[in-house]
Amino acid sequence: MKDWRYWLAEQRGTLLAFGIFIVMFVIYTSNHPAGFSANVVQTASNKGVLLAFVAMAQTLVVITAGIDLSIGMIFTLTNCLASWLVIGTGIETAFGVIAVLGTGLLCGAINGAIVIYGRLQPIVATIATGAVYFGIALLLRPFPGGSVNENLADALTGRLFGVVPASLVVLLAVVLVVWVPFSRSVLGRAAYAAGSSEMAAYMSGVPIRRGKFAAYALAGLLASIGGLFLTFFTYTGDAAYASGNAYTLFSIAAVVLGGVSLFGGKGSAIGAIFGALAFRTIGDLLFVFDFDPLWQPLFQGVILLIAVSLGAFALFRVRNRLEWFL
Amino acid sequence: MSETTVSGIANRMPKFIRRADPAVLTAFACIVLLLFVGSLYSRSFLSPEYLLQQLKVASFLGVIATGMMLVILLGQIDLSVPWSVAVGAMMACAAAAYGPAGVALAIPFGIFCGVLIGVVNGIGVAYLRIPSMIITLATNAVAQGLMVVYTGGFSPQDSATGAMRYLATGFAIPGLPNAVIIWALIGAAMVFVLTRTGFGRAVYGIGNRERAAYLSGIDTRRVVMIAFAVSGGLSAFGGVLLAGYASKAAQSMGDAYLLPSIAAVVLGGTSILGGRGSYLGTVAGVILITLLQSILSVMQMPEAGRQIIYGVVIVAMLLLYGRAPASR
Repeated sequence: MKDWRYWLAEQRGTLLAFGIFIVMFVIYTSNHPAGFSANVVQTASNKGVLLAFVAMAQTLVVITAGIDLSIGMIFTLTNCLASWLVIGTGIETAFGVIAVLGTGLLCGAINGAIVIYGRLQPIVATIATGAVYFGIALLLRPFPGGSVNENLADALTGRLFGVVPASLVVLLAVVLVVWVPFSRSVLGRAAYAAGSSEMAAYMSGVPIRRGKFAAYALAGLLASIGGLFLTFFTYTGDAAYASGNAYTLFSIAAVVLGGVSLFGGKGSAIGAIFGALAFRTIGDLLFVFDFDPLWQPLFQGVILLIAVSLGAFALFRVRNRLEWFL
Repeated sequence: MSETTVSGIANRMPKFIRRADPAVLTAFACIVLLLFVGSLYSRSFLSPEYLLQQLKVASFLGVIATGMMLVILLGQIDLSVPWSVAVGAMMACAAAAYGPAGVALAIPFGIFCGVLIGVVNGIGVAYLRIPSMIITLATNAVAQGLMVVYTGGFSPQDSATGAMRYLATGFAIPGLPNAVIIWALIGAAMVFVLTRTGFGRAVYGIGNRERAAYLSGIDTRRVVMIAFAVSGGLSAFGGVLLAGYASKAAQSMGDAYLLPSIAAVVLGGTSILGGRGSYLGTVAGVILITLLQSILSVMQMPEAGRQIIYGVVIVAMLLLYGRAPASR
């Protein structure tokens, strides 16, 4: 095979997610009463970026063949924390942002330490740590409230030069600063290798433990960026159990739509970002077609169900029935 | 040398202790510890009335955890518990609004809806080979969506039938709450199925190695599907009982049962990877979790502190005896 065909095969999931997103977005904007305007794009990107950060976070863990069911709770916790800390003068705000991001990193690192060094199953361990993170969030914000540095918030959720949504620029910056270096580093390769075949990776002397740990920790960091942005959009902190759970769920949906294999070792955060944007756009299609918003949870659930069922097509390629049982 | 001493001591211990799973023993030891701590806080903690009340509260979790255990024994997980519980409760209450026939069929209808959710999970896991964690999250979301559409986003106004209230709060045998009897019956049935039937053997076999179970002639996919259907049905039945207890259904009534049901099963020594575990352990886990909740509420711990202690206790106990073997 030629080089470009390898590249195409590797990026198929990402390209598919990109395609779905473009189609959905065109349907969305062409039916939107305001049409394709800077305002519509700004609102859509602000909503989409939140999920995109959480989906990127989930991708990092899923690549190692794990799962982080506490991701929505880290998102909620950092949202509550940011509503206390990211306020005041420039310096205070900067320290607040660093503290929030550090908290996210710490939460992710705790997950990683428990799963990798404690040798617990990621599902149970992250459900339990999720309960802890939610408890802390509830301690911080028993009732919704708080405030945020509005200048910073407006700058990051507004538009650059009147056209480009600032949140998209931040998302791009995070991709360039976190995802690209990670996926090209030894640790990133180790995370992929551990997800693909942990045994083989171990035998080849790949630092799988460090790679997986870095993936979990960075996932916490990315989720906290999402939590920070939620605070910028809403100006408040809110320890809502349902919303934390919903983000965990949607992050998995976005990851699947983005072509990241839940068995690990395949996919990229770029795909997950487009998966997240596509998922958000599909969910918002209901509004432009004037459906009752009550139908939205059902609609999103059905999309999720269809998205995860798509993976079943791989069964048609199975020649030996024993390959059913991985 | 030291090994022979250890086995020498072990040989002198009574047979039932030697055969017992260390995890189950730890769980029972923790129950005793919790009872002791509780009695320090309140004199009435050890009174029979209070303990019976705890057992009654535990039986709702016990019914739900029974289904969860069956699924975990297969090496799978059922994350659709929250809305299976709510669907069971809401549908049973909804059926009750349709005249006398509806009242009579309320309980079976609620359970039937839960079984439907379980069957969808089972088809997804067994036939479409979707990871159970993912498909059950998805069906949970769909069930939630259906209920939001059905109720209009509010808690439904229909109330539980007399039969549901009787099952949850009545006393068929004086002094023994019906809910406890139901849990005992379901538990006994589960023990029988797991230890005395081919289905039970198949469940353990699949949990150990599905490939090997398949090659030895077990229709593994059917077994997995039935297990998920049973889990969905039992979750819904738990919901029916809860609705009878509170005399109505509520939107997020099931949320409080996902983590506890998994925790009860896992703390009871059932391996999260499947294939290993006993029902006695699950009983211990359920009582342990319920006592922990009860002590935290006696201490008037706010919800936030409860969640934190909960998570920490589960992680700590899993680190004690739920760890995977060291790699290679």
